[in-house]
Amino acid sequence: MAILEVKDLKTYFHTRNGIVRAVDGVSFSVERGETLGIVGESGSGKSVSCYSLLGLIPQPPGRIESGQAILDGEVDLLNCSEKTLQGIRGKKISMIFQDPMTSLNPYLRVSTQLIEALRMHERLTKKEALVRSIKALEEVGITEASTRIQFYPHEFSGGMRQRVMIAMAMITHPEILIADEPTTALDVTVQAQILELIKERQAANNSAVILITHDLGVVAGMCDRINVMYAGKIVESGTADDIFKRAQHPYTIALQRSIPSLGSKGSPLYTIPGLPPDLSKPIPGDAFAMREGIKSGGKWDQTPPPLVQVSDTHWVRESDVILPTLEEVLDVR
Amino acid sequence: MSIDPKLSPSESRLPDVSVDLDSIESGTSLWQDAWHRLRKNHMALISFWILVFMAVFCFVGPFLSPYDHRDNDLEQTLMSPHLQHPFGTDDLGRDQLTRVMVGGRVSLGVGIIATAVSLLIGVTYGATAAYVGGKTDATMMRFVDVLYALPFTIFVILLMTLFERSIVLLFVVIGAVEWLTMARIVRGQVLSLKEQEFVEAAVSLGYSTRRIILRHIIPNVLGVVVVYATLTVPSVMLLESFLSFLGLGVQPPMPSWGSLIKLGADNMILFPHLLLIPAFFFSLTLFSLNFLGDGLRDALDPKSSKD
Repeated sequence: MAILEVKDLKTYFHTRNGIVRAVDGVSFSVERGETLGIVGESGSGKSVSCYSLLGLIPQPPGRIESGQAILDGEVDLLNCSEKTLQGIRGKKISMIFQDPMTSLNPYLRVSTQLIEALRMHERLTKKEALVRSIKALEEVGITEASTRIQFYPHEFSGGMRQRVMIAMAMITHPEILIADEPTTALDVTVQAQILELIKERQAANNSAVILITHDLGVVAGMCDRINVMYAGKIVESGTADDIFKRAQHPYTIALQRSIPSLGSKGSPLYTIPGLPPDLSKPIPGDAFAMREGIKSGGKWDQTPPPLVQVSDTHWVRESDVILPTLEEVLDVR
Repeated sequence: MSIDPKLSPSESRLPDVSVDLDSIESGTSLWQDAWHRLRKNHMALISFWILVFMAVFCFVGPFLSPYDHRDNDLEQTLMSPHLQHPFGTDDLGRDQLTRVMVGGRVSLGVGIIATAVSLLIGVTYGATAAYVGGKTDATMMRFVDVLYALPFTIFVILLMTLFERSIVLLFVVIGAVEWLTMARIVRGQVLSLKEQEFVEAAVSLGYSTRRIILRHIIPNVLGVVVVYATLTVPSVMLLESFLSFLGLGVQPPMPSWGSLIKLGADNMILFPHLLLIPAFFFSLTLFSLNFLGDGLRDALDPKSSKD
């Protein structure tokens, strides 16, 4: 049974310039111990959909218009009290953020922050909590943890701080870890270490991981299943093989063609022309077909394209977009 | 000393590398960093010690003095400074040194307590308004705007005349007026702080709103608050002396620096020491507080300091 089941989640932002449909009817589920990747461009709604689950959307202007998110077959995260949610945050679902430089409180020792996170959810004495915290730091590969735990965040490097954040998120052995672009602010070698560490901690706790990223390389190496999002909707969903070997939606294909490869040094890079749509205006049909520089057959201009099941694990939203060739893309540029 | 040929130059140099183990063991907090910077600022440090001296002088001094600030000796009125009365005596023959010390007690006390009151109200109010945001924030801050619009001196004078004049009321009234600016400053800071990821991280870890405000937001605004507080103390003291000067503050025979200055001003031409001495103490304290506040600002926010 799925540990988390999200159905028809809609998060809108009611701004002065109209209603921004940041997440518009997203459904997905996560199994225990599995890694789900959510990929998409900036503004595709991948972060907002996960923030909605934990009630981290600023309200107002944000509002969750509809949907269900059943955790463990019991609690509906979108329709429960703030009190219930507080008990779930950090205990059953933890989060790590993009920028480790700013996600620790600069005025408190690392030990204070770890102990606080732990004692919030478990009845422990300060001493027991300290011992667990030191162990948690050791588990994320920080040497001399018993000394370093007394340091302040500014005395750690970026990669180390992200390790501390992971330790803090995993210290209560949560069932789900949401990682919101955990490696974007780090350099490539540290990225690899952090991803390896997340995998390792995931295996040790049998937690599910939801990995939000726009880096297809990261997703390919980490995820069991992948959701590709565009303009607040899932356009393709499947296992890593479905997405990388049998991709069907033109957007997914275009994303993959845009990855620079080592072999084609010197040749021009494929890009997707145009910009993602303005979500404050209603989109009646296929959002990708509306993109400037993208041609389509016009079948889904006025009716929303349905999500069609291709195989047991693979869903694709219908689209009759014809992707521009590399030459056409270069012409536009 | 002979160099072992087996050791490479870098290895033989190893023992020379001295590491300050103490600082590594405990980690340096941002407060400790600030303290190190403050210690290098001579003006601020001198001001700090002057203030310590003032505090001892005013709070301990009266116990050592052979005179009471209320004892009058009508045979020795308006005397110039001499051995028995180092600061002279006033028009009722009371020892001026003792009165300056006791007056300082009131002035410093008002400064500290009223500032503390304004801190307590202002920080909590501003932080809550900003963190909760939305309509709550708007309502709370409009209330502050309304209070701001009241002519503040008249407001204080009104309260002092309506109620029985007591020192406690003086403390409370001044504090209750001074918190407005503090609330605005804190609100501005918190508005930017709450967008920081560590606050989001704290929410995602399941902390309650109260805990986030108290443990994660307020420590981060304390730097600004401390600086503003050191600058509030002198303005509160000035306000107290102003009220005492008008006769609305501390009631005789209890002196304060403000009322001593008033008395001195009355006898200024013939007996200038009655004005100059309390004025000197008062100005010195205000200067020190301002220099210390400046030093603290530079120490707590090294990026904002000049040059």
